[in-house]
Amino acid sequence: MTSSSPAAPRGRERRPRDSRVGDKIFMNLARGAGILLLVIMAAIAGFLAWRSGMALSNNNGNFLTTFEWTPDAPKPVFGIAVLAFGTIVSALIAMVIAVPVAIGIALFISHYAPRRIAQPFAYLVDLLAAVPSIVYGLWGALFLIPHMDGLTSWLNQYLGWTYLFDQTRTGTPRNLFTVGILLAIMILPIITAVSREVFRQVPRMHEEAALALGATRWEMIRTAVLPFGRPGIISASMLGLGRALGETIAVAVVLSANSVLSLHILDAGGGTFAQNIALKFAEAGNNGRDALMASGLVLFVITLLVNGAARLIIARRKEYSGANA
Amino acid sequence: MTTMTTVPEDARPQVGPRLTANRLPRWTPPAVAAGSIAVGCGIGAAAGLQSHLQWGLISALLFLVGGYLISAQVEGRRQAKDRFATSVVWVAFILAVVPLVSLTVYTVQQGIGVVNGNFLSHSMKGVIQSGPGGGIYHALLGTLQQVGLATLIAAPLGLLTAVYLVEYGRGRLAKAVTFFVDVMTGVPSIVAGLFILSLWNLALGFSYSGFSGSLALAILMIPVVVRSTEEMLKLVPNELREASYALGVPKWKTILRIVLPTAIGGITTGVMLAVARITGETAPVMMLVFGADYINSNPFDGPQQSLPMYIWQQYSVVNNDFGYARAWGAALVLIAFVMGLNLIARGIARWRSPKGGH
Repeated sequence: MTSSSPAAPRGRERRPRDSRVGDKIFMNLARGAGILLLVIMAAIAGFLAWRSGMALSNNNGNFLTTFEWTPDAPKPVFGIAVLAFGTIVSALIAMVIAVPVAIGIALFISHYAPRRIAQPFAYLVDLLAAVPSIVYGLWGALFLIPHMDGLTSWLNQYLGWTYLFDQTRTGTPRNLFTVGILLAIMILPIITAVSREVFRQVPRMHEEAALALGATRWEMIRTAVLPFGRPGIISASMLGLGRALGETIAVAVVLSANSVLSLHILDAGGGTFAQNIALKFAEAGNNGRDALMASGLVLFVITLLVNGAARLIIARRKEYSGANA
Repeated sequence: MTTMTTVPEDARPQVGPRLTANRLPRWTPPAVAAGSIAVGCGIGAAAGLQSHLQWGLISALLFLVGGYLISAQVEGRRQAKDRFATSVVWVAFILAVVPLVSLTVYTVQQGIGVVNGNFLSHSMKGVIQSGPGGGIYHALLGTLQQVGLATLIAAPLGLLTAVYLVEYGRGRLAKAVTFFVDVMTGVPSIVAGLFILSLWNLALGFSYSGFSGSLALAILMIPVVVRSTEEMLKLVPNELREASYALGVPKWKTILRIVLPTAIGGITTGVMLAVARITGETAPVMMLVFGADYINSNPFDGPQQSLPMYIWQQYSVVNNDFGYARAWGAALVLIAFVMGLNLIARGIARWRSPKGGH
C-alpha cells in the first residue's frame, strides 16, 4: 500500500495524459471482460437455438407433446413431454423435502445450536456443498437404493391410496421419488448456506425486542427472524431449484430411464432433460445430437427463468430489507 | 437448550403471586429423545421393518409428538409450541447429518482399500475393464490439466469483470452484467457442455480434447469467480482508494497496487472454491473430453480422461464389483482433493481477510 506513495510527490512532473491513457486501457479491458460475459450468455442461447432449429425441422412428432425419443430413426420423432415432466416432478420432490429441512438446519446453526457445535457444523455443511455430484450419484446407486426398498414398499402400503405413492410395478426403486430424495440431499447445503447467512443478518434489536415482550424463542423466530429472512429463503430455494433442475450425472446414475410418463412416482422409470442428454449423447447421430441440443435449450431457458426470478426477488427486496446492511 | 431465557429459581424476587410458570426439568428433551428412539426401534423391530430408515422416521415422529404432549400438559401451549419448534429443528439437523455423514463415511470405507501407490500411478491401458487392477493416473492427470487450463481462462476474466463491476460499473451495462453473472451461476453444466460442443466442435470443427472440456469448465467457473471477487473488492475500505487518489495515483494503478493486493486473500479463496467446484463436474467433460484408457498428457489433442468421468465409466460401463471398487477409489481421491482445496481456501480466507471493511 505504501509502495506507491513515494512516487506521488513527483506527480507534478508527470503528464496527466499518461495516467489517462492507462486508465482508459484498463477500463476498457475490464469493461470488455464484462461484455464478453454477456456475449457468452447470448452465444449459448444462439448456438443452441441454431442447432435446435436444424433438429426441429426434421422432427415428425410434436416437440412438446411427444413421448418417444428416436431422433436418429429414418423418420425422426422426438419430444420432451416425459423429460419435462420428470425434471419438474423430481425437482419438486427435492424442494418439498429440502426446503423445510434446510430452513431447520439454518435456524439450528444460527439460533439453536450451542456455539461450540454451530461453527464447525456450518463449516461441515459448506464442505458438503463441494462434494461432486458424481459421488452423490455413486452413493445413491450403491448405498441409498438398496436402503430405499423398505421405505418404498411402506409408502406404497400405507399411502398407496393417494395415487401418487401407488406402486404399480415392482422392481428396484430407481424411480423419480428416489431421485427427488437424492436431489434434496444434494441441494440441502446450498439452501442452508444462503438462508443461514440471511438469518444471521437479522438485526439483534428485533430479536431482543421480541424476547423482551415475552415471546418464547419460537415466537421470536416467527415474528422477527422468518419475516426478515423470507426473501433470502425464497432466493435460496430457487437457487436450489435451479441446481435440482440441471443436475445431470447423479440422476443419470440413479434413475432407470424409459419413456413412460406417470404420476406414480414409485414406479421405476421416467427421465429428465439433463439425464437424457448424458445418456443418449454417446450414441447419438447428427440429428440425435441436434435434438439433444434442443432439449438442452429448453432446460437452459427454464433454469434461466428460475434463476432470474430468484435474483429479481432478492434485488427487489434488497432496498428495504436491509439484507446487505 | 431452552434454559437460555430462564433465571435460576432462587435468584428471582418473590413478589406477590408466582410469576413463573411450571417448567420441565432440563433433562426432559434428551429423555424424550432417548425414550422415543427406544420405542421407535422397538416398533420397527416388532413390525419386522427391515429398513432402518423407517425406524428412524418412527422415532422422529414419536419424539416430536411426545415432546409436544408432555410439554403441553405441564407448561401450557405456548411453551409446548416452542419446544415443538426446537424439536423440529433438532430433527431437521439430524435428518441432514445422517445422509451427509453416511456419504462421507461410506466413500472412505469403500475407497480406502483401493487407493494405493499402484492405483495412483497406473492408467487403465491394457487392463481388462471387467477384471481387477488398473488405476487412475491418466484421469488424475487429465483432471489437473483441464482444471488448470479452465482456471487460466476463467480467473483473469472473472477478476477483470469483478473489477469492472465494483470500480467502474455504472449504468445499464453494469446492471445487465451483474444480473447475467447471477443467472450464469445457474447454467446447468450439461448446457455449458452442449454450447461448447456446438461452438467449438461443430461450428469451428475442432475434435475432442481436454481443452474443449476446459472451455466448458471455464464457463461454469467465471460467474463463481466474479461473485466472490466482487464481494471481496467491496470490502476494501474506500479510504484506501481515496488516500491513493489524493496522492495523485491514477485509478488503474490504484486498483492494481492498492485494491487488489488488499483483497488478494479473499480473491484467492474464491478462485480456489471455484476450482473445487468445477473439479467435480462430470457432464461437460463427458461429452467434450470423451474418455481414454491411456495416458494422454497433451490436453490440446485427442481424448483425455478425467476423474469424475472415470467414476462414471467404471460405474455404468464396467458395472461389476471391480468397476465399483475402482469407482470408489477414484471417488475418494476426488473428494479428498476437493475438500483439501476447500480447507486450504478457507484457511487463506481466515488468514488474510481484509479487516475494518465495514
